[in-house]
Amino acid sequence: MTQNMVEIRWHGRGGQGTKTACLLLADAAFAAGKYVQGFPEYGPERMGAPITAYNRISDAVCTVHSNIYQPDYVVVVDESLLHTVDVTAGLKPEGAIVINSPKAPKALQPLLKGYAGRTYTIDARRISEAHLGGNFPNTPMLAAVVQVSKVLEVERFLADMTESFQHKFSTKPQVIKGNMNCLTESLKEVRAE
Amino acid sequence: MSIRERLSGNEAVAHAMRQINPGVFAAFPITPSTEIPQYFAQYVADGAVDTEYVTVESEHSSMSTCIGAQAAGVRAVTATSSAGMAFMYEMLYVAASSRLPITLACVNRALTGPININNDHSDSMGARDSGWLQLYAENGQEAYDNFLQAMRIAETADVRLPIMICQDGFITSHAVENILLEEDAAVKAFVGDYTPRHTLLQGSAMAVGPYDTVAFCMEHKVQQAEAMKNAKRAILNVSADFEKTFGRKYGFFEAYRMEDAEVALVLIGSTAGTAKACVEGLREKGVKAGLIKLRVFRPFPAKELAAALSHVKAVAVMDKSEGNNGCGGPLYAETAAACYDLAHRPKMIDVVYGVAGRDCEVGDIERVYRHLLRIAETGEVGEKYIHMGVRTSEQEVL
Repeated sequence: MTQNMVEIRWHGRGGQGTKTACLLLADAAFAAGKYVQGFPEYGPERMGAPITAYNRISDAVCTVHSNIYQPDYVVVVDESLLHTVDVTAGLKPEGAIVINSPKAPKALQPLLKGYAGRTYTIDARRISEAHLGGNFPNTPMLAAVVQVSKVLEVERFLADMTESFQHKFSTKPQVIKGNMNCLTESLKEVRAE
Repeated sequence: MSIRERLSGNEAVAHAMRQINPGVFAAFPITPSTEIPQYFAQYVADGAVDTEYVTVESEHSSMSTCIGAQAAGVRAVTATSSAGMAFMYEMLYVAASSRLPITLACVNRALTGPININNDHSDSMGARDSGWLQLYAENGQEAYDNFLQAMRIAETADVRLPIMICQDGFITSHAVENILLEEDAAVKAFVGDYTPRHTLLQGSAMAVGPYDTVAFCMEHKVQQAEAMKNAKRAILNVSADFEKTFGRKYGFFEAYRMEDAEVALVLIGSTAGTAKACVEGLREKGVKAGLIKLRVFRPFPAKELAAALSHVKAVAVMDKSEGNNGCGGPLYAETAAACYDLAHRPKMIDVVYGVAGRDCEVGDIERVYRHLLRIAETGEVGEKYIHMGVRTSEQEVL
């Protein structure tokens, strides 16, 4: 595996847009000239069931086609998963975990099985409700993982996402502005403490 | 000029179908191939193709529709997986024996039961003796490229057999990765027009799928067997032209770091990419590891495969489907048979892995190579029929 490859594991629940966020990150990284992988892990699919999705982002082509067991970063789109899924399994201590929660990272530490790396939180629910009028945590989480991992340059990321949303929401352009506001606010709202 | 894109394997195949603009698409969805008819339906709705899009009530009917359409003289395509392929089983044989070069996108998924949606090769391996050509892909790029080559191979005058273009369900079908696409005009020029020698609509009398008597049926089956042999040359010819046109090289298999390999794997599909990463790591430690990724399973390139393995000390054939014969999987049986006539046969084991979506990572592959190194060193093969990654550790040999 190449030295500069970044591996990200997403944990969410069916219906929260976790796979979409994962694929949007792959899109943005592709637009920035990277080699990308974005793929979901499928089990019994139903609303609310825990789901996992993965990104590999690299300057060189990555041929590995397995799930990711030693991620550099973990994104938790639903805080309740901390009680049921071993989200920090294999997570590199020099990496980080980003959790959707209104709480401070310190408050969640006891649920992280002694994970010694950096922990961040972001109140994705509040941000998405403010800008999109509903609980759509995936867009804020996408911005949060870009901010924490620095896997993409922020200005470029925002420009590429504008284009991505214009394509994705070509039939409902009214939601583009809200999604972009979500991203820009989320970049600022990621908490380390 | 190739176009730099990022697509999932399913999108890539649907894209190839749009570029080819076949006469008929017979659609019946099944996970994980559902996206292919889904994307294609959008192309139809957008007027991007003038294909007749036939929605049917089952896979038996989708293959029957393809048979009717192809016999009438147009290119017919469909997509399926798992139980869907099983349901069209009878018609797979009818398509092949009627010598109709239909193209099927197979997104490999475990065949029931227990019911499971994840990837292995038990669906298409079950159809390995149906008379269809079978090409497999490591990633979306190869699925796309194989699809562009499929029709020219299948339609070759001395072949005229149906072809299935296989890729690993979810692992590549649902993974978005970088891909190089070709321009529509270049694809159309490469694939060319379909000019069948005989069709139902050409005017002169013709029967498709009639009863064949004892007096002639065996002759027809021998012709079919000969066509399968002829397909080897057609595959190499089309692959050579594809490389000349688009710059990407294909053959019966990819021999990866095999020149001086002492231990080697033979496998099919997406795990080849994982194994390549493993080979690179082992090579850095001085281990002479190699890999053969089989692209063409039907026809089986027995002679070429045996030649590629002739200098290797120990080989693990990796089967992503169960043989249910008590002694190994289908790829192992055919690879072992291919090597039987070698003067110096490599030691060979079968590793059944990845069944019903069981993940296979670089570390798993490394355990197989380490096992082969022990076999090469001691000459002791031990258990030849191994299941890898099983939860009950007492079954784990590796």
